[in-house]
Amino acid sequence: MANDAPRFHVPAPHVRPGDTPDFSHIKLQPAGEAKRPDPAVAGMETRDLALGLIGVLDHNHQAVGEWDPKLDADVLREGLKHMVLTRVYDDRMLKLQRQGKMSFYMKSTGEEAVAVAGAMALDKGDMVFPSYRQQGILFARGRDIVDMMCHCISNSRDNLKGRQLPVHYTWAEGNFFSISGNLATQFPQAVGYAMACQYKGESQIAATWIGEGSTAEGDFHGALVLASTYKAPVILNVVNNQWAISTFQGIAAGDAPTFAAKGLGYGLASLRVDGNDFLAVYAATQWAAARARAGKGATVIETFTYRADAHSTSDDPSGYRPKGENEKWPLGDPIARLKNHLIGLGEWDEERHAALEKELNELVIAAYKEAESYGTLHDGPLSPVESIFEDVYAEQDWRLRRQRQDLGV
Amino acid sequence: MAKMNMIQALNSALDVMMERDPDVVSFGEDAGYFGGVFRVTANLQKKYGLDRSFDAPINEAAIVAMAIGMAAKGLKPVAEIQFADYIFPGLDQIVSELSRIRYRTAGAFQVPVVIRTPCGGGIRGGQTHSMSPEAFFTHIPGVQVVMPSNPYDAKGLLISAIESPDPVIFFEPKRLYNGPFDGHSGGALASWGNHPKGEVPEGHYSLPIGKAEVVREGKDVTIVAYGTLVLVAQAAAEKSGIDAEIIDLKTLVPYDIETIARSVNKTGRCVVSQEAPRTSGFAAELAAQIQEECFYALEAPIQRVTGWDTPYPHAHEWSYFPGPERFINAMNAVLEA
Repeated sequence: MANDAPRFHVPAPHVRPGDTPDFSHIKLQPAGEAKRPDPAVAGMETRDLALGLIGVLDHNHQAVGEWDPKLDADVLREGLKHMVLTRVYDDRMLKLQRQGKMSFYMKSTGEEAVAVAGAMALDKGDMVFPSYRQQGILFARGRDIVDMMCHCISNSRDNLKGRQLPVHYTWAEGNFFSISGNLATQFPQAVGYAMACQYKGESQIAATWIGEGSTAEGDFHGALVLASTYKAPVILNVVNNQWAISTFQGIAAGDAPTFAAKGLGYGLASLRVDGNDFLAVYAATQWAAARARAGKGATVIETFTYRADAHSTSDDPSGYRPKGENEKWPLGDPIARLKNHLIGLGEWDEERHAALEKELNELVIAAYKEAESYGTLHDGPLSPVESIFEDVYAEQDWRLRRQRQDLGV
Repeated sequence: MAKMNMIQALNSALDVMMERDPDVVSFGEDAGYFGGVFRVTANLQKKYGLDRSFDAPINEAAIVAMAIGMAAKGLKPVAEIQFADYIFPGLDQIVSELSRIRYRTAGAFQVPVVIRTPCGGGIRGGQTHSMSPEAFFTHIPGVQVVMPSNPYDAKGLLISAIESPDPVIFFEPKRLYNGPFDGHSGGALASWGNHPKGEVPEGHYSLPIGKAEVVREGKDVTIVAYGTLVLVAQAAAEKSGIDAEIIDLKTLVPYDIETIARSVNKTGRCVVSQEAPRTSGFAAELAAQIQEECFYALEAPIQRVTGWDTPYPHAHEWSYFPGPERFINAMNAVLEA
């Protein structure tokens, strides 16, 4: 029998399946209230920003306060387009996975602003070390959709020769590092990369993303130590989407008031940002990039968001959180908020939005048709079988040469 | 030519490569200002500056990851893990990341990191400063594994490791740092100054990764050894009068099966050895491969000389260490069979 009074503390979410969704315990600093210090400020001076919440779009969809990045309408429309494309792509890929076209898929629904605004606020030459839910970066950087799909269906044109699970992209030409699948490993790697940028005298910086759950990993803390010790030009993003598969954020947070607050312990500039606010994510990333490029060191950015769909195609959220919770998220939907902001500015309307969705949907459907013409995981053609022995080392040694013969290829 | 011990030879390799290639950087715990607890990186910071030879925080995972990130940007990092026993916090970064970046990116990114780490017992290091964990690393596709047995090889192989396009785990048998060691624990400390392999060129030279060397020719039995046990096996051959052929493997991945097979086909008898615990050690791989290659030439079952399947004890270090007597017993066993 379960013990009603646990003998030690195990945090639990406020609500579980069958309960009414309830976020009333989340205290949010109103948009526009947070101060924007100079990006060269001492790390510890960001205490209020690590404990508060940087927001720009208020509930009337207006941009308010010191963090408003004051972007041109063209840039906003571009951001909206990348976010809509990300969502349309994710929805299509999920359907295709359900039809057996892919072994696995992971959507980023609800988190599109984190990746798209983050990427757009960086230079395209900056190196990104993402986790598996920042596909929006690839759209923002203009990666060919057919190439992305060829990777996901592991066909003959997969740039990774069928070696990685779907969505574990690599795009060297787009300065997009390899996604691991082992959690948090990219965090300290990004710091080393950033140090090497300085070593080579380049203005390039690095940015990396992990989920709030994997801040519990040692590599998170290793990265923050390195970043602080060597004042590396790197942006350390913690995407707090509230859920690590079925585990709520409190299991990783412990008694820490915010994930951004963890950065303060290392003396790092630390910001907590409304992750569903395109303008706020953009502004915070821009601030951190300016700080990094000025040689003032790293920034930890917690993007406060909500994973609106399952972790992956391998789990069902109704088993661990109330149905409909995503609709109650107090910070809304990132696409709807940017769309409404643009409409409020007189720079967008519902008809154009519907036309954009239709156009991108057709684009994605056409891209899949083309991708499939290069093969599928199920029916082939795949990369040649002998390619499994390639790229283990620069040159195959006798063991691999013999094993290839043993396989008969 | 200069007389060098293994520490000086390794330091010279780093010095030569840092001089030649501005992308070579060296770092680790106590490895900067102080020059490492064994002094392998001594004077490098003074000569090349803080950003080329520096102290790292005590976090082996972060050290390996930093090296991976730097290598992805085109640097040639040589990371020191202070003791091989301490490498395990960095294992995920080695197993899941370092070894696979080339593979999982289909060559789009390459991270030719060198990880140097002192290994082995015989220095009263107890269970946390004596391990020989090389077998773990031979089980990871994508890294090369090297262990020299003398100053001349150490320098030439470390230079090759730094020049290698692949990641290399470079084990330094610390019992050999200051002098050759024949496995007799009571004797006076020997000096590399009187040893032919203590003669080391001051400039650049390299030895090929993947090539073993027959360090003693013989016709009765083949002993395959690496690191400290190469010298112990030599002492055992001299002491016993058995005409053993001794192979210094030098590289574990990829190991030189040709040289081994040629010798075993000649002698028909074989002893494989390692300082590490017996079960699933590298000697087991050698024995398996040798019987595949040389089964019809073998006159007797292959014998293993290894440490025991225990942690490395402190007080009873010399009862753990596979010394000359155990080599002699093993040779007698294969000769009598």
